[in-house]
Amino acid sequence: MQAINVTNLTVSYDRNPVLENVSFTIPNGSITGIIGPNGAGKSTLIKSILRLIPSNSGEVEVYGKPYGQQKQLIGYVPQRSEVDWDFPTNALDVVLMGRYRHIGMFKRAGKAEVAWAKECLKKVGMQDYAQRQISQLSGGQQQRVFLARALAQDAMVYFMDEPFSGVDAATERAIIELMKKWKQEGKTVIVVHHDLQTAEDYFDHILLLNKQTIDFGETKKVFTLENLEKAYGGKIAFLQRTPSTAKEPTAHGSLSYQPE
Amino acid sequence: MTYTLWILITGCLVGLTCGITGSILVLRKMAMIADAISHTVLLGIVGAFFVTQSLNGLPMLIGAAVVGLLTAFFVETLHRSGVQSDAAIGVVFTSLFALGVVLIAFIGDQVHLDVQHALMGEIAFVPWNTLQIGGESYGPIAVWMLGGVLVLNTLFIAIFYKEIKISTFDPQYAILIGVPVVFIHYLLMAMVSLSTVASFDSVGAILVVAMLIVPGATAYLLTDKFFSVIWMSGAIGILSALIGYGAAVSFNVSIAGSMASATGLLFLLAFLFSPKHGLVFKRQRMTST
Repeated sequence: MQAINVTNLTVSYDRNPVLENVSFTIPNGSITGIIGPNGAGKSTLIKSILRLIPSNSGEVEVYGKPYGQQKQLIGYVPQRSEVDWDFPTNALDVVLMGRYRHIGMFKRAGKAEVAWAKECLKKVGMQDYAQRQISQLSGGQQQRVFLARALAQDAMVYFMDEPFSGVDAATERAIIELMKKWKQEGKTVIVVHHDLQTAEDYFDHILLLNKQTIDFGETKKVFTLENLEKAYGGKIAFLQRTPSTAKEPTAHGSLSYQPE
Repeated sequence: MTYTLWILITGCLVGLTCGITGSILVLRKMAMIADAISHTVLLGIVGAFFVTQSLNGLPMLIGAAVVGLLTAFFVETLHRSGVQSDAAIGVVFTSLFALGVVLIAFIGDQVHLDVQHALMGEIAFVPWNTLQIGGESYGPIAVWMLGGVLVLNTLFIAIFYKEIKISTFDPQYAILIGVPVVFIHYLLMAMVSLSTVASFDSVGAILVVAMLIVPGATAYLLTDKFFSVIWMSGAIGILSALIGYGAAVSFNVSIAGSMASATGLLFLLAFLFSPKHGLVFKRQRMTST
């Protein structure tokens, strides 16, 4: 079963193409990383799939049907920097927003919905912060509130935009655990990611992007020096990671990108 | 009913109606659009006069709503085609307001409407301009208009509470889960236009901005809850009207002016002494830790 099928997606700002004819198919129950240099159009790609920004052409299918008919199956974790964290509300309220579609228009959240939202906070280890004003949470805690909101939404396909950027180790673990749990439940996760060092560990599939699809497929197959050079255009210092050095902090920085 | 009471009721209605609507603008970082709409509704009022040849409440409200929505639409369109959003607001509101000022000259002496009145308002005249049905007087027209708009605004907030909240906090997520974000935006713009035009007679185009923005900005310093920001803004609006009227009578100065000054004074107090975000307590917390 194919979760997401994107065909010839093209997006441009002021006639400058940002994405050109991007096509790929993501199988159900997988974790896919969208990888590429800055300005490659990673966030643009998921936003145009989700129709948050207009695309010039292209089609998106979710489980074989047009996106418009399947919207309720889609979950989204935006970049943390995209919302106003000074907004007067608390963590529980933000998680409840994940239930708005289930609650329906004009109605208030009932006791069952609040209980569900609290359960979701608990799953990301944030149960003690339910009543905390969101501006008083750390970056990692804010990210976990977003994760709880995505959980509360109970979607089938999750899009996450740079969830790992600027978070603490505990949050990083929470995100990985959640992705694995979703995968086990047969859900599909698509993650915009910029850190090459961790990409191999996190994802089953990788979409290597630089305005066009460089390559897409299983991580082992796609994550090669040749492909990375193609995507990043610059020189990539690539040192083979061996099992003995993989866990040392220095070895962890073995793969680095030097712009020209 | 006595003259003073009508003025107080009018002032409180202005404070309440503008306060609750404006607080949402403040949270959406759209305070400047209130400034724009409060000026361009003049064109709506003049336009309504050309169509109906009178300054009746209902056509005026409709005219203002139309021009208010146009203002928001033009600002949005310019911004989308690459003009900076603050420049877009500046261009649109001055042009539409200027057009209103030019057209007002053609109305001439037929009715009492001039630029001075449009800018400053005169709440002291409100009690004399009453609603007449079959020779009976049913209280000032301004009170009826403000009351009607207050009911509409309250309904709008009550019905779309969840949707307003999420489209303000996280508009992209709101679009994703199917909230009609654009509809909510223009409905809010219409509410701001209606609030402005209903308050027009009393406080005028310039001071209505104070009634729209300052209570919301004050409440934002006092609470961390969305719902509290809204009701506290209304309460601060009412309090400003009462304090302002008291001050105006004691010092024999402009009523509208002193109401707007009262909003500024309350803001200053909150800015300094708010338990959560006030300057004084922040200092104290910093020195104690």
